[in-house]
Amino acid sequence: MAHVALADKGQELSHPHSWITQYVWSQDHKVIGIQYMVVATLVGLLALVMSGMMRLQLGFPGTFTLIEPNEYYQFVTMHGMIMVVFMLTAFFLGGFGNILIPLMCGARDMVFPYMNMLSFWVYLLSVIILVASLFVPGGATGAGWTLYPPQAITPGTPGADWGILLMLISLAVFIVAFTMGGLNYLTTALQARTRGMTLMRLPLSVWGIVMATILGLLAFPALFVAAIMMTLDNVLGTSFFMPAVNILGEQLEHDGGSPILFQHLFWFFGHPEVYIVALPMFGIASDLISTHARKNIFGYRMMVWAIVAIGGLSFVVWAHHMYVSGMNPYFGFLFATTTLIIAVPTALKVYNWVLTLWEGDIHLNVPMLFAIGFIFTFIHGGITGLFLGNVAVDVPLSDTYFVIGHFHMVMGVSPFLVVFGGLYHWYPKLTGRMMNVTLGKIHFWLTFLGTYAIYLPMHYIGILGVPRRYYANGVTDFMPESVATINSSITIAALIVGGAQFIFIYNLIASLFKEKDAGGNPWNATTLEWQTPDTPPKHGNWDDELPVVYRWAYAYSVPGADKDFIPQNEPPSDKTGKE
Amino acid sequence: MEITLIFLALLMAFVVGWLIKQSINTRPWAEEGVIGYDHAGGPLSWPAKKVGLAAFLAVVTSLFMLFFSAYNLRREYPDWAALNDPDILWLSTLLLLLASVFYQKASNAAKRSEESGIRVGLVMAGVFTFCFLAGQVWAWQIIHEQGAFLASNPANAFFYILTGLHALHILGGLWVWGRSTIKVWSGEEAYKVRLSVELCSVYWHFLLVLWLIMFYLLLST
Repeated sequence: MAHVALADKGQELSHPHSWITQYVWSQDHKVIGIQYMVVATLVGLLALVMSGMMRLQLGFPGTFTLIEPNEYYQFVTMHGMIMVVFMLTAFFLGGFGNILIPLMCGARDMVFPYMNMLSFWVYLLSVIILVASLFVPGGATGAGWTLYPPQAITPGTPGADWGILLMLISLAVFIVAFTMGGLNYLTTALQARTRGMTLMRLPLSVWGIVMATILGLLAFPALFVAAIMMTLDNVLGTSFFMPAVNILGEQLEHDGGSPILFQHLFWFFGHPEVYIVALPMFGIASDLISTHARKNIFGYRMMVWAIVAIGGLSFVVWAHHMYVSGMNPYFGFLFATTTLIIAVPTALKVYNWVLTLWEGDIHLNVPMLFAIGFIFTFIHGGITGLFLGNVAVDVPLSDTYFVIGHFHMVMGVSPFLVVFGGLYHWYPKLTGRMMNVTLGKIHFWLTFLGTYAIYLPMHYIGILGVPRRYYANGVTDFMPESVATINSSITIAALIVGGAQFIFIYNLIASLFKEKDAGGNPWNATTLEWQTPDTPPKHGNWDDELPVVYRWAYAYSVPGADKDFIPQNEPPSDKTGKE
Repeated sequence: MEITLIFLALLMAFVVGWLIKQSINTRPWAEEGVIGYDHAGGPLSWPAKKVGLAAFLAVVTSLFMLFFSAYNLRREYPDWAALNDPDILWLSTLLLLLASVFYQKASNAAKRSEESGIRVGLVMAGVFTFCFLAGQVWAWQIIHEQGAFLASNPANAFFYILTGLHALHILGGLWVWGRSTIKVWSGEEAYKVRLSVELCSVYWHFLLVLWLIMFYLLLST
């Protein structure tokens, strides 16, 4: 077949005819990306409020009677599931993926725009189903975000009738939405790159998002399988996961099922899911650091291969979440080994970020503050991950606050810092306005220092043995009184950090009206999204001609060049290059 | 989980091998200038829809491999009571094979732009596919009459769920089949349906192979 790339053929665009088709039923990847971001933010705020109410209970037990024990478990479950799946996954892939991939690849839109639009609306449906579960009889499920059977569908667990069913349906619908979006992201990055944009000239953001998409496409089916089988167990009385259960002298109809089978399926999705969030975070952080340090990313090819290696390895570490499930110690040893191996490419990336900063012309713009903050939180969260990867350390720590501190640091705070950094960075391109710098800096310092005040003490009380998942600790011999004091201070810090996010929301909205025009390329960045003829980019992104790419994405401070950046689409001159 | 891991290992080996070819000899920081599409790292020569289909098939493979893994893990438990697989399944297998053969004929005809060949191939493929689905429903009835209900044993539950999910994927394919068949009969020219017929034939072969693996698994217990 003749070698005709999609980019050459003048992709057919659906042209919007009305306000509705332009902003609501839109097939424009930028609008869809913003739709994803708005919905993910709203549902994320819901999860944030829930965490505040849980913290009030934990910090001042008995003082505020805002939530009952049942509600506490429901909030734990909803907070976890919303933040991991419906907020971060949707935000990174549906939000940033939609906006950045076509712009950075020099495409006019995604290759299947109609399916892309469908992806958002199905995602919205999944969110509505999830939120609806708060209002059904019995309320949302309180099984914990891992939804382990048998307790998830056994009477006595909050939401064991309707809540869990809606949760499972919502997840299945989300997976359908993600698959439609994911096929788009992958195919667009492979097939719709403009002339000259070879794979090794792609910005690392695209690499991270695309690799995360591949992980998602292959790993989400595991959750889908688990959700279908658990739904059947729940509704039709099959026994895939449900063993014989006797409750208060009454025998349930199930018999012989394997709860461990569910755990395998869940974590076969669950661990890659960590990297579905982490890889876009790595990619975007790399671009922020390189751009604002005015220096090429250190070890670009190594960074690409680290992303690929982490993606591959992430499929063979899942059972490290199951050390406490009665696993054969030799089996545990195997997974401890793979877990420690995956730290190698991850550490490479951290070194490369630090080496990119080394002797860079660092501009402490707001996005850069968040990117540097991310390096700190990610190192802390990553190192505690090495502790927990070892069976002998994990077993005593597994059910304590140490784990809460670890995973909030590594996949709560870190990705959120990058989400914020990315928004401060690309907001000017999406709206044409800068964001308010003072508010941005206040937001950064409150969030960054505040999260340390929240999560660092959790490691200490975790080592003391304070158990997680408890509604109230009560009086015990092993917990000194200072644990209660620490819990109060954590709660106060959490409320401050939670409140600081509303400064950010205000900044997002107010900057639209109050701030100065950004111009096309306020950060003097090299990548293609900053070189669009219009800001914000119009439908179709480019004029009649697509941009042609002449160099890689990191031509910052090139010796002999007259500016400290050379855009990817600027033709080579005698000064800057050969040819 | 071995089946899934083997599938993923093969897939990753393919991706890594392809990426090495794309990146091993490039030094992006030192290279400047226009690079043509024939250079390593350009887009694949396939149309976007074909790449999209390939990715989708990987997703479906992952889904079924995970089901097969769950099947293998669950059947180790003592309460597993193997199903008496109805003989009709052998006939269904033959029907699906014929559907696949005729879809290939339609695809070949589309490449040669023979509209009559496309019509015959598509109609025959469709007829055999519907017969396959009817056979599956019949098989469900037979085992239902044996008293093998969904909830009575995990072996039955897996039988219903696997064949049901496979049938759903076939129904999805029939939707696209219907669209191209209508187009061909309403006199569209061959080149307009060529890609859709070609991709559908690949999808049919895929579903055939998937069915053969699944049939083997079902028979093996």
